[in-house]
Amino acid sequence: MNGTGSNNHPRLWMYERMVKSRHFEDLIKPAYLEGKKPLFNMAKGPIPGEMHLSDGQEPCAVGVCAHLRPTDTVTATHRPHHVAIAKGVDLDAMAAEIFGKETGLSGGRGGHMHLFDPGVNFCCSGIIAQGLGPAVGAAMAAKLRGRDDVAVAFLGDGAANQGAFHEALNLAAIWKAPVIFVIEDNCYGISVPKADCTAVPRNADRAAAYGMPGIHVPGNDPDLVHEAAGEAIARARRGEGPSLIEIETTRLEGHFMGDAEGYRPPGEVARLRAQDPIPAYRRRLLADGFEAGELDALEQAARAVVETAFARARAACLPGPEQAFLQVFVERAV
Amino acid sequence: MQATQTMRKLTIAKAMAEAIGQEMARDPDVLVMGEDIGRLGGVFGNTAGLLDRFGAERVRDTPISETGFIGAAVGMAAAGLKPVVELMFVDFFGVCMDAIYNLAAKQSYFSGGRVSCPMVLMTSVGGGYGDAGQHSQCLYATFGHLPGLKVVIPSNAYDAKGLMLAAIRDPNPVIFMYHKALQGMGWLGTVPGSITRVPEEEYEIPIGKAAIVREGTDITLVWLGVTVHHALDAAKALATDGISAEVIDLRTIAPLDRDTIRRSVAKTGRLLVIDDDYRSCGVAAEVIASTVEAGVPLKAPPRRLAYPDIPVPFSPSLEHHVLPNAEMALAAAREILS
Repeated sequence: MNGTGSNNHPRLWMYERMVKSRHFEDLIKPAYLEGKKPLFNMAKGPIPGEMHLSDGQEPCAVGVCAHLRPTDTVTATHRPHHVAIAKGVDLDAMAAEIFGKETGLSGGRGGHMHLFDPGVNFCCSGIIAQGLGPAVGAAMAAKLRGRDDVAVAFLGDGAANQGAFHEALNLAAIWKAPVIFVIEDNCYGISVPKADCTAVPRNADRAAAYGMPGIHVPGNDPDLVHEAAGEAIARARRGEGPSLIEIETTRLEGHFMGDAEGYRPPGEVARLRAQDPIPAYRRRLLADGFEAGELDALEQAARAVVETAFARARAACLPGPEQAFLQVFVERAV
Repeated sequence: MQATQTMRKLTIAKAMAEAIGQEMARDPDVLVMGEDIGRLGGVFGNTAGLLDRFGAERVRDTPISETGFIGAAVGMAAAGLKPVVELMFVDFFGVCMDAIYNLAAKQSYFSGGRVSCPMVLMTSVGGGYGDAGQHSQCLYATFGHLPGLKVVIPSNAYDAKGLMLAAIRDPNPVIFMYHKALQGMGWLGTVPGSITRVPEEEYEIPIGKAAIVREGTDITLVWLGVTVHHALDAAKALATDGISAEVIDLRTIAPLDRDTIRRSVAKTGRLLVIDDDYRSCGVAAEVIASTVEAGVPLKAPPRRLAYPDIPVPFSPSLEHHVLPNAEMALAAAREILS
C-alpha cells in the first residue's frame, strides 16, 4: 500500500503527500500568473487555459489513496492535482504536462484537466461526473479477472446532481462492483452554493437509493477520511460491493485561478484559511508525539521533490508542432 | 470472395453474432453488454445465442443507463478488456455522448498513446419503417466528424462479419452502425441483397477500405449501408440504357477511403453520392469536397441525393417522399449524365 511507502507510518505518509500537493499548487500560482499581469488573459504565460487548484481538499485525496495500490484505479476531476499526487502519479511528467511540454504525461496533449498515468492507473476528465462510469468499468475489469483491485471515483458535490452519478451508482450496486465513490464536498459548484442546488443536505444519504453504504465524514480530517475509506475499500476488496463516501472539505481558492469570488460571503475565505487542514494536521501530529524535526525534514524533502519537478518541467522542450497529429489513435499491434 | 463448403447464407444480424461469438471464444477479454443483449439476444438480433454460450458474466444485460454502461465500457477498455456494447438506436446517443466523444475518443490522445480504448459500440441506424424522428436517424456525419472514433457500416452479411472481427481487434473505439433495413429481422423487412454467403472461418474486412461492388466507366455512385443497394438497383437500370455505372460501398465512414473514390471518379468523371443522413454538413458533402479539392477532372457537377434537413416524419406518405430510394438515385444519375 502507498501508506507503507517512503514513510512507513500512514499518518506521516498522508502529511507528506498533503505538503507535497500544497507546494505543487503554491508553485503553480506564480507560474500561472506569469504573462497574465496586469491584464488577465487565460491564453498567456507558460501555463495557459483554466487552472483549478486543490488547496484545502488534500485530506480527501490522502485519506483515500493511503489505502490504494498502483494496480487500483482512480478517476479524478477537473481539480485533480491533489488526487494525482496522492495516487503516486509521476510528478515530473505531471508538472511537465501542466506546462505543455513534450516530457509531459501525454506530451502536452492533455494539460492539467486531462492527466493520464497508466503506471499507477490514474486518469481524470474535465467533464462533471463523467469519471464515474469508467471507475465502475475499471472495477468490473478487476472483478472479472478475479483480482481484488478496486477503483475509486472522485467527484465534487455538484457532480452528485448529474445523471451520470445516479446511473453509475445503480450500475455499481447491481453488479456489486468494487468501486468507491468519493464526494469532495467543498460546498460550491463553481459559484453556486450546494444548499441552493442539492435537494438533500447530505449527499451520503443518496447511497440509500442504491442500497450501498453512505458514509459522511465531517471536519476535513485526514484521519477520519482514512478510517472511513479503509473500511469502504476493504469491503470492496472482499467482494461486498460499492460504497459512497462524502467528505466535508474546503476550497481555499476560487473555482479557477482568476475567479474574483464575489459570490463568497464576507470573511468566508479568511475563516476557511484559519481551518487550513495542513497546519492543523501538523499540530495534531505534534500533539500525538511525532517529532517536530521529523516533520520538518519530511516537509523539506517533499518540497524539494516538487521544486525539482517544476525545474525539470520548465527546462523541458515544447513539443514539435507536428506532434499535434500523433496518437489520435493507438496503432494496432501486428 | 471464394466460395467454400463452409459458406452459408446469413443475415447481417447473424453474421454480427457469429463474429462476436468467434472472437469471444478466441479472446477471453471480449465481453458484450447493453440493453436486452442477453436473453433477448439484442433487439436487432446481433447477440443471439451468446448468453447461452458464454454466460451472464460476459454477456451482460444493463439497466437503461447508457451514460453509466458506456462510461463503464471506457473504463473496462482502459483496463484491457474489449467490451462490445450495444447502444440499440443511434438516436439514443444524446443521453450518453460524453462517454463517447470526450472519453472514448480522446483516451489515446490524452494519454499520449499509452491508454488504448478497444471497444465496439454497436448501434442501429436508418428509417423507412414508420418509427418517426427519434428512432429513424442515421447520424453518420455526427460520428464521422469526431476525431478518435472509427465508424463502420456494412451493407451485407459478409462485410458485417469481417468488419465486426476487425472492429473488436482494433485497439481504438469503433462505432459499428447497422442499418435496420438490412438487419434481417423478420419484423422489419430486409433488403434481400444484404443476405449473403458468409464463410464460417474468421476473416477481417479492413477498416478504412471502401469496396467497388460494381465496376463501371460512365458514372460513380457512392454510398454505404442500405443505399448501396439503391445504387446497385440504379446501376442495373442504367445498364439497360447502355450506361456503365460504378458503385462504391464506403463500408467505413471514418477514416474515409478518399483514394478509392478519387480513383473511381478520375475514371468516370461523374459522381453521385446517395446519403440517407441529413443533407447539410454531411458525409456526402465530405465525399464531394474530397474529390473536387483533389482536382479530379469532372465531366459534370457532382451531386448529392441526400435526406433533406428535416426530422424523419412518421406517416409513410411523408417518409417515403423524402427518404432516398433507387428511383431517386436513377433519376439523379440520369440528370448528371444528360
